[in-house]
Amino acid sequence: MATINSRGGKLMTNAVRVRGLTRNFKEVGVLDGLDLDIEPGEFVALLGRSGSGKTTLLRTLADLDAASVGSVELPASRAVVFQEPRLLPWKPVWANVALGLTGRDVRQRALAALEEVELSHRANAWPLTLSGGEAQRAGLARALVREPKLLLLDEPFASLDALTRRRMHELVAALWKRHRPAVLLVTHDVEEAVLLADRVLVLAGGRIASETIVTLPRPRDVADARVAQLRGKLLGSSSRLVLL
Amino acid sequence: MVLLLLWQAGSVAGFIPTSKIAAPFTIIATFWSLVASGELFSSLTVSVARVAVGFAIGVAIGGSLALVAGLSRLGEDLVDPPLQMLRTLPYLGMTPLLILWFGIGETPKIVLVAFASAFPVYLTLVGGIRAVDPKLIEAARVFGLDRIGIIRNVVLPGALASALVGVRYALGAAWLSLVVGETINADRGIGYLIMNARDFLRTDIIVVGLLTYALLGLATDTLVRLIERRALAWRPSILAAAS
Repeated sequence: MATINSRGGKLMTNAVRVRGLTRNFKEVGVLDGLDLDIEPGEFVALLGRSGSGKTTLLRTLADLDAASVGSVELPASRAVVFQEPRLLPWKPVWANVALGLTGRDVRQRALAALEEVELSHRANAWPLTLSGGEAQRAGLARALVREPKLLLLDEPFASLDALTRRRMHELVAALWKRHRPAVLLVTHDVEEAVLLADRVLVLAGGRIASETIVTLPRPRDVADARVAQLRGKLLGSSSRLVLL
Repeated sequence: MVLLLLWQAGSVAGFIPTSKIAAPFTIIATFWSLVASGELFSSLTVSVARVAVGFAIGVAIGGSLALVAGLSRLGEDLVDPPLQMLRTLPYLGMTPLLILWFGIGETPKIVLVAFASAFPVYLTLVGGIRAVDPKLIEAARVFGLDRIGIIRNVVLPGALASALVGVRYALGAAWLSLVVGETINADRGIGYLIMNARDFLRTDIIVVGLLTYALLGLATDTLVRLIERRALAWRPSILAAAS
């Protein structure tokens, strides 16, 4: 079992520090001695083909996978936005955002988070009446309201249409700028990774197989030639890695 | 309507003997006289009380056992096999045994109703608990809910829809058991009214009694459906029906 340490924020140099993380599923190695560091406030995107272990890594960081081996240091406050919104259908949107919160003004805090994702008008709606984009924004509000030091995004835009996805990218970039959590965005969309991240990692063979620092100024635009260039480069290198 | 008129005509003409079935207008007249004398109402209260008590006990027992079996592996191993065995018993056939055990007072009737109501609630609640999406439970855990919090916020609300279907089945079974219990031995209640009427060939009173049973069953079912609409307001089908 992985040694997972949850620490407070102040003394840390890194938000996330993973060493030698190994995870086997029925004797097939998914993660094989993986090392990963994420600095506080850093936006990291993790690419990899299906079955490369992206989601397994994210589940370990969310403390949902008890069977991994290795050492993992994490901030105490973490939050996840899942691929499917995973809202409780029997609670109105605001109560979903407030789920698990304690203390006073829980409703007020939930409403403020919904305001940030521009979903105040749907605060009292039932989750099953939300559109895909609205549901993901509610999921984002539910993560943000906890003011996490580490925000884990598990392909949260994968099932959205292109236009909604673009709006979500802008929203995530703005929220990240305002709150500055460390972010690990798991995705298979290279363009999304280049648009949002400081650093793009490719997961292959159970380890971080390549690292690309993205220094382009923000806000980034898909139409920017440098974005397209970087995307092409990453696609090339990652397809090579997949062949390995 | 046409059928009713034919029935009435047949009775008046003497084709349909009153000893087999009374004429519709006679039945209506009997209904009013039973209402006016207060006899119907007093019988009805007795029967409703029997169902209410038995049903409450049955739901409480079935529900508690379902929680034990649904929420823990050990509980399932302890509770489920004996209940599945009991479930196959033709419980209405147990009436003679219940009379020997509990006499001919209120107890055997209430036990019969409770027995009948417990199983549908047990089965549907356990099924509902099992069917809760594990992804929702996982998400709730990520957001800091403990076991009790997950049961209260995720598992039970998720199982409610299925459990309410069970409650409706249980009500049907409860009324059915009451009819059986009351017709075999009773000194009060609608069943008594019917059995008493049989001795005097009063088919009109029998029909009034049967209709009363039917209306009571319908009324309680409607009540549960109203509860369903409120408690499951989040469901798309109900949302669509409301708008």
